Amino acid sequence: MKHKILLLISSMIGSAVLLSACGGSETKSGGVSPQVMADSLFSVMEADRTVYTKLIIGRLAKEEKVIKASEHWKDEKALVLPAQMFRYGAERVAEKGAPFSYSLLSLWPVNKQNKPKTEIEKKGLNFIAENPGKNFYAEEELGGTRYFTAVYPDVGVASACVSCHNKHKDSPRTDFKIGEVMGGVVIRIPL
Amino acid sequence: MSNKNRIYWVYWIVLTVGMTGYLIMQLTGEDKTVYLPGKTSHGHYQIEMACSACHTDPLGGGEVLQDACMGCHGEELERADDSHPKSKFTNPRNADRVAKLDARKCITCHTEHREEITLEMGVSLPNDFCFKCHEDVAENRPSHVGMEFNTCASAGCHNFHDNRGLYEDFLAKHLDEPAYLKKASVKPLSAGKAYELINSYPVAAYPIKSLTINDADTPADVRNDPKVMQDWLASSHSKAGVNCTACHMQSSAETKEKIWKEKPGYQVCESCHESQVKGFLASRHGMRLAQDLSAMTPGQARLDMKKNAHDRELSCTSCHGSHQFDKKHAAVDGCLACHDDKHSNQYKQSKHFTLWHKEVTGQAEANTGVSCATCHLPRKQSRHENGTFVSSEHNQNDNLRPNEKMLRSVCMQCHGLEFSIDSLADRKLIEKNFSSKPDVHIKSLDLVRQRKDLKKDIEGM
Repeated sequence: MKHKILLLISSMIGSAVLLSACGGSETKSGGVSPQVMADSLFSVMEADRTVYTKLIIGRLAKEEKVIKASEHWKDEKALVLPAQMFRYGAERVAEKGAPFSYSLLSLWPVNKQNKPKTEIEKKGLNFIAENPGKNFYAEEELGGTRYFTAVYPDVGVASACVSCHNKHKDSPRTDFKIGEVMGGVVIRIPL
Repeated sequence: MSNKNRIYWVYWIVLTVGMTGYLIMQLTGEDKTVYLPGKTSHGHYQIEMACSACHTDPLGGGEVLQDACMGCHGEELERADDSHPKSKFTNPRNADRVAKLDARKCITCHTEHREEITLEMGVSLPNDFCFKCHEDVAENRPSHVGMEFNTCASAGCHNFHDNRGLYEDFLAKHLDEPAYLKKASVKPLSAGKAYELINSYPVAAYPIKSLTINDADTPADVRNDPKVMQDWLASSHSKAGVNCTACHMQSSAETKEKIWKEKPGYQVCESCHESQVKGFLASRHGMRLAQDLSAMTPGQARLDMKKNAHDRELSCTSCHGSHQFDKKHAAVDGCLACHDDKHSNQYKQSKHFTLWHKEVTGQAEANTGVSCATCHLPRKQSRHENGTFVSSEHNQNDNLRPNEKMLRSVCMQCHGLEFSIDSLADRKLIEKNFSSKPDVHIKSLDLVRQRKDLKKDIEGM
């Protein structure tokens, strides 16, 4: 009996070693680190967000004034606001069951549901506000899962961003300027 | 084994076999009452014998049930711009909230077969659940200080899913509207345009032209009932070229050969009136048919119904008649032939009926009267590949609960928003079928008014 138990334990240890070795070789053969992954995702998000804000909202709603942009775009038959465009994208990604998630948060949110909630979000948003141009990276555990969490500055790139936030009735800040950090994009990748 | 033990064994085997046989018979028959774990809610009891409508996989868990919920209600939630879609809760930052209230799954709030804990709207949670995520609401909304959390949804201010008529900027846009709007009418129906919208309409066989009695193409062996002919000639079908065989000649299930069918089912109507039949099958009138159960009868209803109507089987023709297809009849008399509750019975004493009576007797313009259908089967504009058209929503339960769903599609066609919200919140007034002004006042518009004034004061400083 003792023999059998020893055999079972040694075979389990052997399997574990073998499996961990397989995992290691996989990473070496072409895996990317969570930070590279998050940075890459953010570069796409930031590019799309800037293009929409400048080429669609800035041009059509602010300069040419051919169509309005509104939070209530369906009722007003208007363009979706840049922040909504970003959130709808994030929701769609979530609906499709992608393993990563992203959010647009702010220390000065119009919708209070978008203020930082977790300790890492609070730290990260404060860090990017105090250190313009820098990103924040950390790990955190949420709902029993460990995440690599990256926080990137979301900068007001056009007059449409700052003027709308400065005059919105629910905005806690009314002195945003173009080029300033207005919030942060939080990307989470499960580890 | 002793004789006594042997007898117990025989008893046990007979009982087990008998019970198994009984349960199998119940499972395969239409009556599956024995399997119901508790009384089914108002929304689902009609289809409780179609277990597989929700329990699509006997081994499936919550995810399978969720798919079943969304299969029937997903489209409606999307149309309602659901304020709390699943995608809002799947982000890990909300893991703490999901641990308290798993709003990713419908059954968290809508547990079925638990009558003892089920409240209005099929909610099976204590109605202060908003607290779990919005406990700090008063920090940003000083007007909400001291408000109880069980009043968020019950005071006519917010709904969990559908806030299309209740969101703050909408209230602000419609502040101070008069109780009765100057222009009070609903959109005209795009009647008789089915053929323009349906690419597959067999226009060669049934050209668009008004038909006479001599054109009726009833087969020689089918008797032409004079009353049926009279009804058909008066209908929009005969005026649009829809001849007898268009509905009555149907392919036989066995031979695929076209044969005369005395009483065609809803599937025939569906070939031209797709959106109406879709609504009907989603409604309390047709949901049994949608699950391949026998047709709903007023006798099975939990609402008060007329005793002489208890055995009527509901189909398209129950309200529309089988040949006259008179929309005016369907809009009031069709309903009152069965419904026997206080609200229905008060209708003919209401101002809404007076307006309807004026319209149908030619004393008022078209679309200014208010029938049962005006509110319960409201006009809706839909896009179609060949254009847009206005039809009647045939799921008469679509806007019933919570009743604020009626605000935009119904009430505000004729009334100001504040008057409408107050009226819908006044249960006694609903029983009286809106025969007077509301005695209830919902404060949401007052709060918006105060906030606007406050903002003006701050800006003026």
